[in-house]
Amino acid sequence: MLRRRLKTGFNALLPVFLLLLLLLVFLKYGPLGVFKASVPPIEEVFIQKVTFSPDHIVVDVINDGPEPVTIAQILVNEVFWQFHMAPSQTLNPLERGRIDISYPWVEGDVERITLVSRNGVTFETEVNVATVTPTFNFLYFKSFMLLGVYVGVIPVLLGLMWFPFLVTLRGKGYAFLLALTVGLLVFLGFDALSESFNLLKDVPESFNGVGIIVIGLLLAILSLSAVSYKTQHQRREKGEHYQALVWGYLIALGIGLHNLGEGLAIGSAYAIGEIALGSTLVIGFMIHNVTEGVAIVAPLTRTYKHINRFLFHLIMMGLLAGAPTILGTLIGGFAYSAAIAVLFLSIGAGAIFDVSFDILNHMAKGKWLEIFTVTNALGFLSGLLIMYVTGFLVVG
Amino acid sequence: MEFLTTWNFNNLPPDERQKFYKESTLPDGRTLREYWFHALDKEIEIAPGVFFPAWTYNGQVPAPTIRATEGDLIRIHFQNLGTKPHTMHFHGFHPIEMDGALPHQFVYPGETFVYEFDAEPFGVHLFHCHSVPISQHISKGLYGAYIVDPKHDTRPKPDKELIMVMNGFDTNFDEANEFYAVNTAAFYYAKNPIKVKVGELIRIYLINILEFDQINSFHLHAQFFYEYQTGTSLKPDFYTDITVMGQGERSILDIRFKFSGKIMFHAHKTEFAEQGWMGFFEVHE
Repeated sequence: MLRRRLKTGFNALLPVFLLLLLLLVFLKYGPLGVFKASVPPIEEVFIQKVTFSPDHIVVDVINDGPEPVTIAQILVNEVFWQFHMAPSQTLNPLERGRIDISYPWVEGDVERITLVSRNGVTFETEVNVATVTPTFNFLYFKSFMLLGVYVGVIPVLLGLMWFPFLVTLRGKGYAFLLALTVGLLVFLGFDALSESFNLLKDVPESFNGVGIIVIGLLLAILSLSAVSYKTQHQRREKGEHYQALVWGYLIALGIGLHNLGEGLAIGSAYAIGEIALGSTLVIGFMIHNVTEGVAIVAPLTRTYKHINRFLFHLIMMGLLAGAPTILGTLIGGFAYSAAIAVLFLSIGAGAIFDVSFDILNHMAKGKWLEIFTVTNALGFLSGLLIMYVTGFLVVG
Repeated sequence: MEFLTTWNFNNLPPDERQKFYKESTLPDGRTLREYWFHALDKEIEIAPGVFFPAWTYNGQVPAPTIRATEGDLIRIHFQNLGTKPHTMHFHGFHPIEMDGALPHQFVYPGETFVYEFDAEPFGVHLFHCHSVPISQHISKGLYGAYIVDPKHDTRPKPDKELIMVMNGFDTNFDEANEFYAVNTAAFYYAKNPIKVKVGELIRIYLINILEFDQINSFHLHAQFFYEYQTGTSLKPDFYTDITVMGQGERSILDIRFKFSGKIMFHAHKTEFAEQGWMGFFEVHE
């Protein structure tokens, strides 16, 4: 028994040992010399964030390359300017640095910042509208909270209030509603996914943004599927109303993650002065997000009578879908990271796709071709169109 | 910076100087000035902490200054220790086979060539590599000052002579300069002002060799100067406080400071000034 275990262990570890041995041999005798040239090493610096305070510009950077990088000089709008850099002007791979420049920047101007490395390589970023970056104080905290409430919580809860109307739908009407919900969800899923791809340009290359998306998306789909497989039996036992309740929560969760990402984007765009959050934009988001409430309640209209404390669940779902917007705007406003936004958006997309498929699967009841009735097709398309059209309201 | 007041390697101790410069008299009584130049790839510091992979004459940018008197014979033993074909192309009179501008005149790595010509006309001139692509060979640092003094000088005698080569560096190879300077180091004379005295005659040999955005200028605060364009006349052409030059243009500027204090000079293309081409004279009583 012990011998067999040892043998198994040996078999498992042998390739690892050999790999290490090979690496050593390669490093010592390998053809590395061929690739080593006398040219300066490739330097990569990623500018993560630029923040403005009166007469100060702070630039957060990360060494995104394989070699240490030294920032030797800094140009602001083509003018060399003195600066302080912490922890030091030399950054090791993946090390972060903060550059503080005392510069009399002008509110509303374009500010272009160029970092010059020891070898004269330049890294540039441009802020289109310079404005004081919100610092963590009560006023901004309150503002971002309220923003989240307006954009996320209120619309979703409003959407839920269609419930009494939706309950009256029967037969084709109900089928239309479900198809419409799937349409809304699929649109949201693609929306979240495309948003996360758009943000990739703000993620340091070494973080491998596409990897984050793939992992986030599949993590959501796999974990939700695994949970639903594991609880399949239990759910069947508890009846259709339980199934509907689970859907309601899953849709709320998916939409919540999507809204978290949306909140991050709004908060950060506002914080870096990229959008002025006029009332039009906020109203746009509100109308757009009302539809999310419909998506949550749609599966519950048939069975809600069997659900205990239904109103409580409904409010919980509304909060689950809407409240993350608050968290998003807060994080986005004060501590934005594109990588985190990408992760949440892709998890949200995964959750939304998973639950859409679940609903479709339920509608099909194993006969997938029968799903394509005219009513369903129209409902699905209507869902997409509602999202598309209300989307025009949020062109910032 | 030594470059400012150095010509014919007069900054080196005599036996060291011998390796690069020899002066002798020809049978006809003329002076023969012999130079040993080489092209060399070398990393140089162009601003605090910023290093540039330059192509140099004798390991420095600008090259060591060549200075002769009108009518002298100049002989330059040029060796290419670099990695690309290079030449030495002089402004001034010379037989066309000494021009160093055509492919058959390129001196390939490891090869040598001897340039020989009479020093004329008097004035402030320059030399630079004329190998192709020329913009690259110049922007990488292959240029220097070539001064020919008049045989019969009627101008007032200067108390101090300064050589200023206006140049720039394109560190990220985007065909535009990131750094501008006189004599290579950005802001060098802002941090190390040039010390002069009130009333003494300062003569500046000013050359513009800037590549890419070639129109350069020199402006002096609180003061005027006489300008001898190309230095080829013994009478000044202008009395001014600003002079504008295209690439390769040069002038002799005569200044007598009226007041003491820290007096600024810079390119009056302010973008250049703010990217390194700015300095001070520290004028004492």
